This record gives sequence, C-alpha cells and structure tokens, in this order.
Amino acid sequence: MALLEVKNLQARVEDKEILRGLSLAVNAGEVHAIMGPNGSGKSTLSYVLAGKSDYEVTGGTATLEGEDLLSLEPDERAAKGLFLAFQYPIEIPGVASMTFFRTAVNAVRKKRGDEELSTPDFLRFVREKAKELNIDQDMLKRPVNVGFSGGEKKRNEILQMALLEPKMCVLDETDSGLDIDALKIVAEGVNRLRAKNRGFLVITHYQRLLDHIVPDVVHVMAKGKIVRTGGPELAHELEAKGYAAYDNAA
Amino acid sequence: MNAEVKMMRTAAETQYSDALSALPAPEPIRALREKALRLFAEKGLPHRRVEEWKYTDLRVLLREMAPLAGKPDARAIAEANKNDVLSDIGAREITFVNGAFAAELSKLKGLEQGLRISTLADALKSDPTLPQLLAGLNPSKYDAVFALNTAALNEGVVIDIAPGAQIAKPIHIRHIVTGTSPVSVFGRAVVKVGKKAQATIVQSHAGPDAVAYQTNTILQLSVADDAELDIVRVQAEGDKAIHLSMTIAAAGAKSRFRSFALTTGAAVSRHTVPFAFAGKDIRALISGATLLRGKQHTDMTLEVDHAQPGGESRELFKTVLDDESRGVFQGLIVVRPDAQKTDGRMMSAALLLGESAEMDNKPELEIFADDVQCAHGATTGALDDDLLFYLRARGIPKKEAESLLIQSFFGEAIETIENQKIRDAVMSRASAWLAARAVK
Repeated sequence: MALLEVKNLQARVEDKEILRGLSLAVNAGEVHAIMGPNGSGKSTLSYVLAGKSDYEVTGGTATLEGEDLLSLEPDERAAKGLFLAFQYPIEIPGVASMTFFRTAVNAVRKKRGDEELSTPDFLRFVREKAKELNIDQDMLKRPVNVGFSGGEKKRNEILQMALLEPKMCVLDETDSGLDIDALKIVAEGVNRLRAKNRGFLVITHYQRLLDHIVPDVVHVMAKGKIVRTGGPELAHELEAKGYAAYDNAA
Repeated sequence: MNAEVKMMRTAAETQYSDALSALPAPEPIRALREKALRLFAEKGLPHRRVEEWKYTDLRVLLREMAPLAGKPDARAIAEANKNDVLSDIGAREITFVNGAFAAELSKLKGLEQGLRISTLADALKSDPTLPQLLAGLNPSKYDAVFALNTAALNEGVVIDIAPGAQIAKPIHIRHIVTGTSPVSVFGRAVVKVGKKAQATIVQSHAGPDAVAYQTNTILQLSVADDAELDIVRVQAEGDKAIHLSMTIAAAGAKSRFRSFALTTGAAVSRHTVPFAFAGKDIRALISGATLLRGKQHTDMTLEVDHAQPGGESRELFKTVLDDESRGVFQGLIVVRPDAQKTDGRMMSAALLLGESAEMDNKPELEIFADDVQCAHGATTGALDDDLLFYLRARGIPKKEAESLLIQSFFGEAIETIENQKIRDAVMSRASAWLAARAVK
C-alpha cells in the first residue's frame, strides 16, 4: 500500500475546474517531485490535500496509509501525519512563535495518543531543531512569521515540519523567493528529515531545487493532471526544453 | 422660530426625579445636588436624536429605575466577600457593597506616607474645594449619567496622593452588588495625584447574574504636573445589569497617564471618558478590550480634549463581538487652537464572530490648530480564513485556532498594562471568557 495515494482527483474553486482526474502514489521513503507550468494546478493539489475549504472536491479519492483524507478536517489531516509547507507562509501578528509551536505540537501529540511535552522538554526540542536549520533564537521570540524575510519564512516552515514529525510532507514551491544560500539551507533541512517511513511530494516550477533535494520520481503536471512520470533525468529535460510541449497536452 | 417641544417624561425619568429628590441633601453639597436634579428634570435621559447617544438610546434601554439599594446587611457583606475579581494583584482594597462603603472589606491600615484615603463624607468636612471638583470639570455640558450621579451624591471615596509620593502598591476600588432583587446603586470616587507623584488605581465592577440591577459610578481624576497615573478598570457586572459610568480626567503639564479597560459584563453598558489635556506636553495612552456575547450592548465613548501644546495621545480599543452582541465605539479627539504640536492617534478595531453581531465605530477629529499630527482608524472584520487554515494545517483544532487568533487580537490592548501582576490577572480573565466560548 502506498503511503499517499491519489486517484482520479477532481476539484474546482468556485466554477473553475482545476484538478481534472489526477492520480499518483508516493511510497514511504520516496521523494516525488511535481513540476509543471504556471496554472497547471500544482498549488491547488497541495491545498486540496491539506483541506483548504475554498476548494471543492468533485470526484476521486486521496488516502494516507489507506485512510480517506478528504473527509477529514485540516487539523485531523495534520494529526494523521500530513504536512503542507506553504508557498506563502502566513504572518500572524500577536501570536508568539513559541506559543504557536507548542499549541500545534501538543495538539498533534494529543491526537496521536502521545503525551504532551513539558515546557522544558519542549523548549529543548525546539532549540535543537532550530539550530539544525540555522534559525536564530530571536526569530522564535517574534510573532509567527512577522517581519521574517522570505528565506526565514521558508526555514520556519521546515522547522514546523521537523517539530510535527509528519509521515507525508507536501512542499509547495518551497524554492520560490529564495536565493541560493537560503535554498541550500532549506534543502539540507528537508534532506535531514528524509526517512524510510516518510514520503515527500515536492512541488516546484524549476529544476534548481531538485539539484539539492534529489527526487526518486518526477511527475509533470499540466491542466490538472499528471501527464508524464519519469526519473530525476526528467527534471533536467524539462529545464532544457521548457514546458511548451505540455501546454497543449492533456 | 423655535418651537418648544416638551417631551413626555418616561417612567424611569419620573422615578429618578422622585427617588433622588427624596434623599437627604446635607451641606455642603446640597446646592450641587439640587442643581443636578433640576437639570435632569429639564433634560432627562438621552435618546437617539442626541448625537452622543445615537447608538445607545437610554430612553429605550432604561425603561424603569430599580429601587435605591438599602444599606448592606451582614449577608450582603458575606456575599461580597466572595468576590474575587482581581483579588490576586496584591492591591490595597477599598470596597463598596451596593453602593455603601464597607470598612470590613477594605484594607486601609498602614497607609503609605503621602497617601490619604477618606470617605466622601469625611473628605467634605475637611476639604472646602471638593464640592467644586465634584460639580464636574466641564459643568456647562449636560450629561444625564453625570447629572444623576451628582443628584444621588452620598457615598464615595477620595484618594489623595501628596506631591512627590510614589505609591507602589495598587489601590483597588471595588464596586460590588449583591442580592437577588434589582437595585439602583450610585458611587463616586475622586483621585487627586499631586505634583511628581505616582500611583496605580484599579477599579472593578461586579455583581450577580440574572438580576437587573443598575449601577452608575464616576471616577474623577485630577493629575497634577509631572505626575504619573495608571488606571485599570474591569467591568464584570452580572449579565442582566445596566452599567453607566464615566472616568473624567484632567491632566497637568508633563504628566503621564495610562488607562486600560476590560469590559465583559452587563446587558447594557456605557462608559464615557472625558479627558482634558489641561497642561503642556502630556502623554496619555487610553486603551481597552471589550468582549461581548449574547445580546450585550456596550458603548465606549472617548472625548479627548487637547487644550495645550505638545500633547501626545494614543487610543487603542479592541472589541470582540460574538452571537448577537452590539458594540459602540465613539472616539472624539479635539485639538484646540493653542494645542500646537499635538500628536494624536486613535485606533478602534472590531472582530465580529457572530453572524448577527454589530459594531458601530465613530471616530471623530476636530482640529483647530495647524501644526498637529492626528490620525484615526477603525476596522471591523471577521476572523481571517487564511490565518485559520494555516493554524489548522498545523494540527490545531478549529476552536483552539480561533481562540489563539482572538487572543492575539485583544492581547495587543492588554499588553499596554504596565503592572505585570495586573496585566496577568486581566489576561486570565479575558482567557476565561475565551475558554467559555470554546466549550459552547
């Protein structure tokens, strides 16, 4: 059984069909990349998997370890082990980062049947993970993402990923807005989290990120479905030839 | 030609006039009270055609006057003794039960040097200038709440802080209502802060749920030059109460003033803050958090009057409205011709949680000087769906995510409280409000 299995998924926002029968399967331990032109529905896929209410699923299924994801609330999906790293992490003025992290970690632990972490244990846990990602302690004292640079916001996403210990990570254009140094730090953070019981779906427009997070499988998405699947070499081909061939596909 | 229109008196207006004129009126405040009664008889309760009361029509909201409260008996004192509103802030407490000073629930022993606390009756015997102060700071202006309070003038407290005195321990004036039948309660507190003195005054209002009692309390503050005063107010009246109150302040040159109000109680409440910048270079921060549910109606009205140059005022008000509650914020900043270099900024933000909740935001600027900076902002909105989704995508359940966002919304106002113990106590009261919402 695949870790994440998406079959013939169809979704729309308002009256616009965006996903038109998308299928893919990610096994535990694998890293899959989805590449595709702008407007192909890549971000929509990530939001639909995470449960954003603006999107209406009109057909198909998505399961995590065989369990239906689509009928769950967003927080229940997170507790089951799905994690979405946002393309545009949200600023939350007035909510301290530490309060946010602790509330999230303990909510997820509670639902998974684990004991909540005590304050000293939690602080130790966060500091250790933050250090690995080169995240300044000062950042942790600020409200969530407020005043963070693009790179800091993305590193903060990876930190949350590390804290929540998900099974399936979806990274939505994590490379957008990053310079090469920030990109390397983020990629290292992700690579450190690669594990045989964990899967990744890396959504990106450019091949650049995939030099640092090397995928096992590359999918090409166009007009709301997967139109081609191959190995890492497919990413290089796309980089050389562009998406023109896929704009009229499907 | 002006046609004289005589409005019909309402039942409540007649009851007020009758009940308050029957009270004994001792010297030296007899004239004051009689004048207030006359004014009230003439002008009565405000209604929606009076601009300042447009959103809070007292003629409609206050149908009948509850009978005047009697002197509290032992049972009332015992009940009041259970009140725990801000009981853990290490303050010196001055307690009024059903409007009457309760010595047994007050802590007046061992007053710090420079601090004098007297009942209104005692203070009137020794301070010949007091009647003038009690008459109001702007007597030409009619306000029904002030007129009724003055007409009923009897119980109260006068706190006198000598020039230069630094009173570290907060002074907590508690207004507690007890019992199961509706009563009318009046109270007046006067705080005089001498030159270069410093103090923190806390005022709380509490009473039983399900009893339609009515309170009318006024806090008058006179802050001398270079003095520093912190005010924290908690209005936690019972859920059927009608609460009318004012904080009237006059500040001297270079004084520092911080005021915060947490409002969670009463079916209907109106709090008016006339604040006079009477000297140069005053800094004032006036803030508040108002948390409403059910069908509560709460009106917060500020009148900040810059009469002298160099004043800086900041107003920050946050209102959270659940269910069918209604909030009113009226904020007026006046900058008079002499008040050059005034810097005034006012913000009122409302968060609508209930589908049928309503917020009326009315910021106003009246500027008569040319070299000033003034800004006001008013926002009304619901919880942001994108923020909620972000929190929920991290595993935080919906109610908890909402609580986190609501807390961050009103937290900004609570953060302005200087004293940490008081700030924590206020925050925990606000969090309790949220917790009650989350289990609903």
